[in-house]
Amino acid sequence: MSLSLSILLTIALAPLVGAILAGLFGKLIGRAGAHTATILGVAIACGLSFYVLYQLVWGGAQNFNQDVYTWFEIGRFHASVGFMIDRLTAMMMVVVTFVSLLVHLYTIGYMAEDPSYQRFFSYISLFTFSMLMLVMSNNFMQLFFGWEAVGLVSYLLIGFWYKRPTAIFANLKAFLVNRVGDFGFLLGISAILYFMGTLDYQTAFDHAPELVGKTLQITQNHAWDAATVIGILLFIGAMGKSAQVPLHVWLPDSMEGPTPISALIHAATMVTAGIFMVARMSPIFELTEGALSFILVIGSTTALFTGLIGIVQNDIKRVIAYSTLSQLGYMTVALGVSAYSGAVFHLMTHAFFKALLFLGAGSVIMGMHHEQDMRYMGGLGKHMKITCITMWIGSLALAGTPFFAGFYSKDAIIEAVGESHRWGAGYAYFCVLAGVFVTSLYSFRLLYMTFHGKERFRVEPKAHGHGHDVHAVHHDAAHAAAAHHDDAHGSHDIVQDDDDHHGTPGVLEHAPHESPWVVTVPLVLLAIPSIIIGGLTVGPMLFGDWFGKAIHVDEANNVLAEVGHEFHGAIAMGLHGFIQLPFLLALAGFLVATVIYLFKPSIADKIKNALMPVYNLLDHKYWIDELYFAVFAKGGVKLGEGLSKVGDTAIIDGAIVNGSANLVQRIAGGVRRLQSGFLFHYVFAMILGLILLLGGYWLIGQ
Amino acid sequence: MITLSHYIVLGAILFCIAVAGLFINRKNVIVLLMAIELMLLAVNTNFVAFSRFFGDVGGQVFVFFILTVAAAESAIGLAILVLLFRNRSTINVAEIDSMKG
Repeated sequence: MSLSLSILLTIALAPLVGAILAGLFGKLIGRAGAHTATILGVAIACGLSFYVLYQLVWGGAQNFNQDVYTWFEIGRFHASVGFMIDRLTAMMMVVVTFVSLLVHLYTIGYMAEDPSYQRFFSYISLFTFSMLMLVMSNNFMQLFFGWEAVGLVSYLLIGFWYKRPTAIFANLKAFLVNRVGDFGFLLGISAILYFMGTLDYQTAFDHAPELVGKTLQITQNHAWDAATVIGILLFIGAMGKSAQVPLHVWLPDSMEGPTPISALIHAATMVTAGIFMVARMSPIFELTEGALSFILVIGSTTALFTGLIGIVQNDIKRVIAYSTLSQLGYMTVALGVSAYSGAVFHLMTHAFFKALLFLGAGSVIMGMHHEQDMRYMGGLGKHMKITCITMWIGSLALAGTPFFAGFYSKDAIIEAVGESHRWGAGYAYFCVLAGVFVTSLYSFRLLYMTFHGKERFRVEPKAHGHGHDVHAVHHDAAHAAAAHHDDAHGSHDIVQDDDDHHGTPGVLEHAPHESPWVVTVPLVLLAIPSIIIGGLTVGPMLFGDWFGKAIHVDEANNVLAEVGHEFHGAIAMGLHGFIQLPFLLALAGFLVATVIYLFKPSIADKIKNALMPVYNLLDHKYWIDELYFAVFAKGGVKLGEGLSKVGDTAIIDGAIVNGSANLVQRIAGGVRRLQSGFLFHYVFAMILGLILLLGGYWLIGQ
Repeated sequence: MITLSHYIVLGAILFCIAVAGLFINRKNVIVLLMAIELMLLAVNTNFVAFSRFFGDVGGQVFVFFILTVAAAESAIGLAILVLLFRNRSTINVAEIDSMKG
């Protein structure tokens, strides 16, 4: 029994067809046509992905690895498009298509009033296609294609509202920061081609052990270990895409994009591409302690320090964005201690609950009429029950409450780090433990500030839309006329800023309301796996041999196996979790958040004033943005100006282009004096020439 | 006894007079044409002298060719001269410098 190629092709291409239909023929097929076409495409991909997963796990199908199409050939180098389908891939396909399907559905509600409805659907379907190409690839070239394609779509979607200067700034920033990572990634791929002579996964992994002992002469007098160089270069790519410190700066800014995108691309799928890539390359990474230690330190720094920023943010989406950064850090830490399946497992559970949190935040934003600042929320729980409950589920899962999905993955990672003896593991263990407290603190802070406590917004109905009331109260004809006048003004305002904030912050025209069913159904469908998926799959995925040969771990590094000795089923693990340190830390975070943000909001200000330097540090995100702006952006401009002045204006224009012309002119100016126009001068020159010529011959003849 | 070298010296003198005429003359284009004719004659003298000395009649045949070509050339030269005068109203060599760079 083997997987059929046509099914795999359909999975990858169905979303592409949807994207083309919605993108190129959007006007023709209309709004309904666009969402029908794209949702159908993604639904087909999702259904078939589930079928592929079923076939691999229960149907006894063999792993699939085959080239489909020759992309191009250069000499002996052969780039092909092919699929490598094992359980790791199948799991990623299911996660990507499932979350994507729900986001498509949700978008119908979220983007209902947007004029660029079809374009949006086209982009997210294109994203699904790119992401599938990335995960299903069987060679580095196609991986890189998918890698860049998702980056492109991410760029397009962050700047979806291209009339907002902030969105344009954010998408440019994301693109540029990703360029840094991609450069490393490309170098890593080149290094693989250089050492192994192939870009095919299977061949490269089979020959990976030959890398041991090979070195690369990069700097003088020092030969670098080949596997370490490859590992670090590839991971630099992952740092860009998965937003690890110090390349994390683009992810919070990417929240300028529409919320469904934040859920799909910047939380659930694309940003996990780096994690997936490292897990996929585990046979190579296993050869190098150095690169793994590097990964470990970067990941743990990200996990703790970006989480801390989340505590002081007020924009609901930015809090979740920093939480995403922190959770990506956890995954990276897991990669760093060789717990690849732990990372992928956390990737999966995180995809569900983080998509849930983002979509919930989107629902809140819709309910608040595009108000994102949590300082103007509060008490929304009674207005938006479904959103509130599902957000609680998502946050409980995020904070690592036992029996929720996030608990199993996060706890496993923390224990694996505790077991590891790799260089940097002690620092990482501290970071991930402290991160638990921080995660819990900002998660519950978000919940309390949004759904509970006092309502910090006012509802001031404008005259428009309530014309009947006005008429009922004021019988006076002059007042009615004034009301009509107001009415005209009101609608005028709305036309002017259709997708931006309305009026003064904290003042709503209508009471907050629950979102339509297309929004709440995806929330509920995501809440279910956020609760159960961890407990159901923790046994086989983490401690069983579920991934088979897809993930390769050296016996000496296998920390998860050591953790697994104490594993006696998901329920026992959950019960045991209640007396573990991480749970106590999460509980502490919960209690602190409850006291401060539910009962005594004044404490928050007192703490803020007491710890002003720390607050400033966090509020300015460690001044990393400012640093980058001053050094790289300003420096880049300065460098450009310098090069333009010296290189372009002075050397190329001045010396080469105009210089050569000037030289010719000067020589010609001298030579033209010889040309007097008088015949006798020419004759004289002729005779002189003749004499010299003959004299020369005569001299030679001597 | 008149030897070959007398003829060659005569030819050389004629040639030098022609060359001098070409670039000492600052007045008249007609003199230039005449100097060119004189050059050709100097060459002809040499041809005839060598032909007689070596007993080869080929040199004298050449002389006829050169005389014919020289006649044609003079005709063309005078025609150009007429046109030049018509356009510039002068045949003074010192004034004809429109090719000055």
